[in-house]
Amino acid sequence: MPRPELQAPPEIFYNDSEARKYTTSSRIIEIQARISERALELLNLPNDRVPKLLLDIGCGSGLSGETLSENGHHWIGYDISQSMLDIAVEREVEGDVLLGDMGQGLGLRPGVVDGAISISAVQWLCYADKSSHEPRMRLKAFFGSLYRCLARGARAVLQLYAENMNQSEMIMTYAMRAGFSGGVVVDWPHSSKARKEYLVLTCGPASLQTALPKGKGEDGEMCSDEDDSDDDENQTVGVYERNRPRKKLKVNKKGKSKGKQWVLKKKEQMRRKGNDVPPDSKYTARKRKAYF
Amino acid sequence: MRLLTHNMLSCNIKGVTNGFPLKLEADKWVTKEVDLNADFLRGIFPKIEWSALLAAARALGFAELPEQADASMLSSDDFLRRFHHALLELHVEEGALVCPETGRKFPINKGIPNMLLHEDEV
Repeated sequence: MPRPELQAPPEIFYNDSEARKYTTSSRIIEIQARISERALELLNLPNDRVPKLLLDIGCGSGLSGETLSENGHHWIGYDISQSMLDIAVEREVEGDVLLGDMGQGLGLRPGVVDGAISISAVQWLCYADKSSHEPRMRLKAFFGSLYRCLARGARAVLQLYAENMNQSEMIMTYAMRAGFSGGVVVDWPHSSKARKEYLVLTCGPASLQTALPKGKGEDGEMCSDEDDSDDDENQTVGVYERNRPRKKLKVNKKGKSKGKQWVLKKKEQMRRKGNDVPPDSKYTARKRKAYF
Repeated sequence: MRLLTHNMLSCNIKGVTNGFPLKLEADKWVTKEVDLNADFLRGIFPKIEWSALLAAARALGFAELPEQADASMLSSDDFLRRFHHALLELHVEEGALVCPETGRKFPINKGIPNMLLHEDEV
């Protein structure tokens, strides 16, 4: 079953029956609740017990919005699927929901929103469903309008399922161009099932406030979804800011291929220098397939 | 849709320079009780465009908001109650939001405003 984004545009994919299926699946409800809690945590709102005005972009049937309400906040939700929003109304969510296309811009006054979350939605912007839909224009409109409506110092946390690196980078690029600073927090990077990426963006220049927390799964803690326990490496999660250091290219001076011994020697050298080197394992310098 | 949301919405049709506030035409609205939180009201007050809130509340038959409002009034319980009622307890179920510049109507059905722009408006 190909991913939803490859099957149909969101307003068609999330029709009445799909919307109902989505909202009544206890598994989906639990996952969405967990992701929403994490996104809210990453928003880093002040701990002053004052309710905030938040956005839920791609709010769907209100699963994520419920987490916001449970934490006492007021929220405005956007979704492109009428079917999903109908269910939200049926479930009597406490936030206001709007039928809208985030790629057309959010249409909010400047500086009025205290924070924004988006759960599993922003990647839809990368797919051109109509000939007039140019993904780049839509990403630009979305991030531009999001940046404008957020108050200074407010954050946007976007959990998304990018299809590949190109998509992640494209999304990040347009976020940066709109003026955001920030990076990616990856929870459970080693588990294909549990892995979640959160794009954490801050309005305004990078500062101590914009320092990102480590992703979950850093300190050897295993997530409950983990069913393959063959990884004993605990690599540092890659959090990249606007200035990403270029990867060094391996130069092959000899005619022969480099081999495992050379790689291990080099790594030891780097460690002695004091550089951050991933630990050696059975995967180090393993022969890869030609097309890797 | 509550008036809190209405107060934040602006028309973003291409070429429109001043799309705020959207005029509220309400055919059906209800009152839903919500707990009053003074801290929230005091926090959101600076962000509210008072004249827009006033006009929208009047469109729903609520005329008890003062013409002008400033932060000093936030210490009055009476003012907070009226502010709270207008902002959070009035829900528009059916009606429309009208762009002040182009006259384009965004319909509201079942409390959900349809803000989708047509191809030529983007």
